[in-house]
Amino acid sequence: MTMESSPLPDHASGHLPPEGDPPGTDAAGAAPVEPAAVPTGPAAVAVEADEDAVTGPVPVEAQGVAARPEPAGAGGAEPGAKASSRESCPACAAPVSAQDRFCEECGRNLRVQRTPLGGPEAVADPACGCGGAFDADGYCGRCGRARPSVRDRVEFVLPGLAGVSDRGRRRQRNEDSMAFGRARGRGVAAVVCDGVASSERAEQASQLAVDVALDVLLTAVQTGGDLEGATGDAVLAADAAVGRLARPGAEQVAPSCTFVSAVLTDDTATVGWVGDSRAYLVAGAGAARLTTDDTWAAHLVAEGVLTEEEALTDRRAHVLSRWLGADSGLDAPQTVTFRVETPGLLVLCSDGLWNYLPEPEDLLAVLPRGVAPVEVARELVEVALKSGGHDNITVVVLQLRGGHGA
Amino acid sequence: MALEFAVEVFQNEFLPEGAAEVNAILTVSATGDAGGGAAEPDADAAQVIIVDTSGSMRYPPAKLAAAKRATEAAIDALRDGVKFAVIAGTERAEMVYPALRLLSDASPQARVVAKRAVAKLQADGGTAMGQWLLLAQEVFRGHDSGPRHAILLTDGQNQHETPEQLTAVLDRVAGAFTGDCRGVGTDWQVAELRRISEALLGTVDIVAEPEGLAEDFRAMTATAMGKAVADVSLRLWTPEGAEVKFLKQASPGLLDLTDRRVEAAPRTGDYPTGAWSGAESRDYHLCVRVKPANVGERMLAGRVSLVGPGGDVLGQGRVLAVWTDDTALSTRMSPEVAHYTGQAELAEAIQEGLEARKSGDVETATARLGRAVRLAHESGNTGTAKLLAKVVEVQDPATGTVKLRARVADVDEMTLDTRSTVTKRVGKDR
Repeated sequence: MTMESSPLPDHASGHLPPEGDPPGTDAAGAAPVEPAAVPTGPAAVAVEADEDAVTGPVPVEAQGVAARPEPAGAGGAEPGAKASSRESCPACAAPVSAQDRFCEECGRNLRVQRTPLGGPEAVADPACGCGGAFDADGYCGRCGRARPSVRDRVEFVLPGLAGVSDRGRRRQRNEDSMAFGRARGRGVAAVVCDGVASSERAEQASQLAVDVALDVLLTAVQTGGDLEGATGDAVLAADAAVGRLARPGAEQVAPSCTFVSAVLTDDTATVGWVGDSRAYLVAGAGAARLTTDDTWAAHLVAEGVLTEEEALTDRRAHVLSRWLGADSGLDAPQTVTFRVETPGLLVLCSDGLWNYLPEPEDLLAVLPRGVAPVEVARELVEVALKSGGHDNITVVVLQLRGGHGA
Repeated sequence: MALEFAVEVFQNEFLPEGAAEVNAILTVSATGDAGGGAAEPDADAAQVIIVDTSGSMRYPPAKLAAAKRATEAAIDALRDGVKFAVIAGTERAEMVYPALRLLSDASPQARVVAKRAVAKLQADGGTAMGQWLLLAQEVFRGHDSGPRHAILLTDGQNQHETPEQLTAVLDRVAGAFTGDCRGVGTDWQVAELRRISEALLGTVDIVAEPEGLAEDFRAMTATAMGKAVADVSLRLWTPEGAEVKFLKQASPGLLDLTDRRVEAAPRTGDYPTGAWSGAESRDYHLCVRVKPANVGERMLAGRVSLVGPGGDVLGQGRVLAVWTDDTALSTRMSPEVAHYTGQAELAEAIQEGLEARKSGDVETATARLGRAVRLAHESGNTGTAKLLAKVVEVQDPATGTVKLRARVADVDEMTLDTRSTVTKRVGKDR
């Protein structure tokens, strides 16, 4: 699909408010926009004052960042004033200066922040909820419960975007994965993949897919490459990587996953997808679905065989017609590209969320207003959990500034 | 000789929502030192042979003669250095060899003297098995360094003691030594000897023909001397609020250990398993009730360790529970659990069927023994199936259609009863 000037791709349902409407996320919309034209802006320490104003003082805990978030009021401080000795590398905690592109100590790229490769890092849980201690095998010595997997509940926050991934209430493992990152002054990218439950090592497949794809997308963001082309490359790279996980002779259960990505520069966004993970656009009082599911049911709806309503309860509702993996036969994702003109939110999610909120209006009805992306993601996951949490739930929320320079 | 224990757990850990009962078969295999294989264990074993010399042993005369020959065969089988003693049992218990209430070291000289003492034995008097066991306990006392094993041979009922007195003795001697019981002839009581052998963590069997005794005694002695480690406990940890419904040895024979638990630590209990050789494998059936967790959660429902006499952990296994709403997972039954559940029911059906038959309840007897025939047939327990066929006329083993035989030899009925707890081991192709 080629770039469109409208934020609404033609197949998207729902509606957007007239232009100029105050955005639903006022705080976000009114916040200063990252000066993309100043590539050597304030050092890319993990938390920056100007970004705090956008996201709220949410510490990037998952990265073990040494720097404290600054109060929002400090946002106006000029770059020079920030180059104080308390800034440190998020990887090795060595002091860095505001102008550094790389950490002198460990070589970390200070301009790019992203979720850790391989997923969340294990944080040793000292005690079980019952008060007992976990043994070497990870079982509570008192109540016997297994130590929750670090994947059971994952939250990650970056300035301007955040994600929450949850095992849900019924599944034994969280086979969803998410990865996202930002290149300072350039843009952000995010990927959500949902491991196919009937395949082997589905969580490994989804984690590998998000990591590989994010890498491609962030590179494109940094180099200013073509976003649609990058999205296609990201999907094919992830598809090939996941395909290599397959065992010879076990093609029927080859590790597989779905895919949905968003890549965002200051005025343009591209969404790409394979399978039934979705992207929604929320702006002002309206919401729209940007993706069409690659499922047999969706196919039958398109053909007029099933109605939308019938499809929801049809047993084929989740049978994928396209996926990533050794047996995918994939040549390209579906993509949609649009100009970001109004502030709003882009929501990427796995079917663990949209099962309960299938229509854009449903999403809009429960969406909290005026809060940071991580709060939005948490609330949406909470809705899915309260509705039964039958599947893994992953939600990544990206802030759209829209009206660049507003 | 150091032993290592491997614990394999066979179970379907998937439970439907709200289910509390977790079943697992634990296969415990002991192996000796690398390269040890059939190496001789430390000659620290102790063996006591208890021979019934009550008046009934006089008739038929072949009985006492066979008992003497069997005891002599057992003495001959003792390796030099093995500690041993022989006890004669009537309404009292007396030392046959050595004269003092002690263990003697096996040697060529000692064997000759002991056999001479055995040859002089005469049958006269009553039967009080509890007294015999108490003397054995006294003789074993102080021998802490190796396996302690007794063989008890009788031909009659425990007439000079009440069942309560015997129970009190069994409580005292349990754990002091292990033992196997043999009943010769058909005048002894299966239930009585089974009670003793269970307390001693051993076997009970019938020796219908006295001629068979010598070989049996030799084999039991060899097995006892092959034990490398005594007093091995199965240590079971269960989560808070859990209840151990049962823990049974399921193979080689059924042996309920549930009530033998000794608390070892919070939520942890020890169950005695007796002595082990360096090439031995047993199966246990564990059933635990836990507090159900939510669907998707995983719980350690039990941790099984084999613990040596010094408290050293020799091997470990885990019993898990995972709650799922996937019925394809939760309805699958572990073939091992199913097999031994069937074997336990088979033993129960035989014992109940024989009991009903004795009391003239033909209907119950036919139903229960028919069920036993079917279970034996289904599980491929041909040994038990053959024994059943001597008591009932099998019309269709698949459905368990049987007719009670009008005349059944006592020995056939007793053999079936005695061996009802002998299980068929679950297929090794699992």
